[in-house]
Amino acid sequence: MTNRIDLKFDQLRKEGQKALITFITAGDPSLERTHELVLRLEKSGADIIELGVPFSDPLADGPVIQAASERALKNGTTLTRVLDLVKTLRQTTQVPIALLSYYNPIYKYGLTRFVKDAVDVGVDGVIIPDLPPEEADELKHKAESKNLAIIFLLAPTSTPERIRLISQASTGFIYYVSLTGITGIRKNLETTLEESIRQIRLITNKPIAVGFGISTREHVQTITKIADAAIVGSAIVNLIEQHEKDPGLVEIIGDFVARLSSGKSQ
Amino acid sequence: MLPDKHGHFKIKDNFFGGKFVPETLMSALEELEINYRKVKDAHEFQAQLDYYLTSYAGRPTVLYLAQRLTQKLGGAKIYLKREDLCHTGAHKINNTLGQVLLAKYMGKPRVIAETGAGQHGVATATAAAMFGLQGEVYMGTEDIERQALNVFRMKLLGTKVHPVASGSKTLKDAINEAIRDWVTNVRTTHYVIGSVVGPHPYPMMVRDFQAIIGKETKEQILKLEGRLPDYLVACVGGGSNSMGLFYPFFEDKAVNFIGVEAAGKGIDSGLHAASLQAGSLGVLHGSLSYVLQNKDGQIIPTHSVSAGLDYPGVGPEHSYYKEIDRAEYVGITDDEALEAFQLLAQTEGIIPALESAHAIAYVKKLAPQLDKNKIIVINLSGRGDKDVETVSKILKEVK
Repeated sequence: MTNRIDLKFDQLRKEGQKALITFITAGDPSLERTHELVLRLEKSGADIIELGVPFSDPLADGPVIQAASERALKNGTTLTRVLDLVKTLRQTTQVPIALLSYYNPIYKYGLTRFVKDAVDVGVDGVIIPDLPPEEADELKHKAESKNLAIIFLLAPTSTPERIRLISQASTGFIYYVSLTGITGIRKNLETTLEESIRQIRLITNKPIAVGFGISTREHVQTITKIADAAIVGSAIVNLIEQHEKDPGLVEIIGDFVARLSSGKSQ
Repeated sequence: MLPDKHGHFKIKDNFFGGKFVPETLMSALEELEINYRKVKDAHEFQAQLDYYLTSYAGRPTVLYLAQRLTQKLGGAKIYLKREDLCHTGAHKINNTLGQVLLAKYMGKPRVIAETGAGQHGVATATAAAMFGLQGEVYMGTEDIERQALNVFRMKLLGTKVHPVASGSKTLKDAINEAIRDWVTNVRTTHYVIGSVVGPHPYPMMVRDFQAIIGKETKEQILKLEGRLPDYLVACVGGGSNSMGLFYPFFEDKAVNFIGVEAAGKGIDSGLHAASLQAGSLGVLHGSLSYVLQNKDGQIIPTHSVSAGLDYPGVGPEHSYYKEIDRAEYVGITDDEALEAFQLLAQTEGIIPALESAHAIAYVKKLAPQLDKNKIIVINLSGRGDKDVETVSKILKEVK
């Protein structure tokens, strides 16, 4: 079967469209709410869903996602439960889903078992912020045969050699980290972004998605002019935190994402 | 020579170590490794480091025969490698002088560090002050409370101390926060990791800077006894003082290595920091090693009376030593360490750091079982001044 992420980008490219990728932490504020949120994100214009698997030591994340991870862990969220959630979601939606997890929960789960279970429940890709391609041979090998995308990250500090290495290794899309830093809401985008994307584009045809610091409709607009997708995380997670107990949480997030989505460049 | 070029300590199909970090740091690690390998063989750098180690830090430290302790325990002859006599009061300065000098060579104006007990923070602040670099240290709020004196020392030395209130509020979280800082400021900043942990090349580089402990010990014991010791005993948190002592003896198979971990309130209680004895394989802070974690791969809280050992991971080379049976790892509880703290003070007039007291406590059990002609060397990694307040709170009256 063709991977849903690949299908999505193929389809969007044919239509001359760009993608919005939205991140939320699974289990924040609860797995039931995450289920509702994913469906609403899709309805509001998210093309791909990134589901964060909470970890006790999220060293690439800023305070917003750190706090979300802590809340999710307190609720008893585990990788197993996140996989169960995806399984349930697949009864109603075919939206492409990528898990974002630090390496240790996956390593502890067992690489072979993880790849098998993830594919069985309908996960399309995995983003592991602390796993560079140098350490990913085994996982990549197992994932390839099952058509599970392993999405690697590129950063502003990546050398030309590393841009080549990562562009080659990454499947599904390439995750370009827009800034030298951790996740979080930022006011302005880096001025060098366009040039950086151009450099990567010279090397690869794979879809390039830009994340970190992207938090407004205007950001989405700018990013989707120069790349294939914009990834928004902290801004959504921050809103979830503010309305954690609000019965209208799902609507609030839906409205926000619809606004972000309207910024997608055609 | 280990590790290989990927930073892997390999055994059969498996390995420890590696580089498990965000992409943003990968080229900085490459740059660091290239520069480190350059200075490692450069006469000028080594001569300069040697100068600071001797003229500034006070090396070589003495190897002292603890006669009254030997007599009291009634077995093997006990020597203390007196790292507590180093400038700033612990072995940590061996590494920070090396790394801060290297940072200067690389043209980085700013150094950051994490600290648990505060010893590494003080040693980094000291080296930063002496070499004229800007220093900033991350420290868990729980540790700030139990090591208030060291916090003040760092401030005196012109270093900014950032309190870390996330997670368990101890060393583990201070490292997370230091890594976040490094990810953000990687172009101008060198991260001075304080132990043989973290991504490659840190475990190798910190080991090499600390290996001076073992090299000196070897020379000294040969001069004093005409032979190598039978046992080397040192405490293990991240594992830098023990690795520094063990490593130069690696090929001397008759020399037994014993690493002493913090068993806290007892390993069965779950309140401990004994990663090598009670942990399982996992990835924490950039390398694959033994880690204290739950079945879902979440890092679990640790406990030790000694802030410097209160860490859920351990250097990958120790995991390797355990796996190939080159070293034995044992546990000492808070109570045993506190008792040894007093024992050394009263028999030898030396107040050890609570970390080092774990090594003393194990030798208290080991020495009486051995013949009088056997030799034990304990790495007395730090002095106990910083712990006096903590200990005085715990012990209602001195025995």
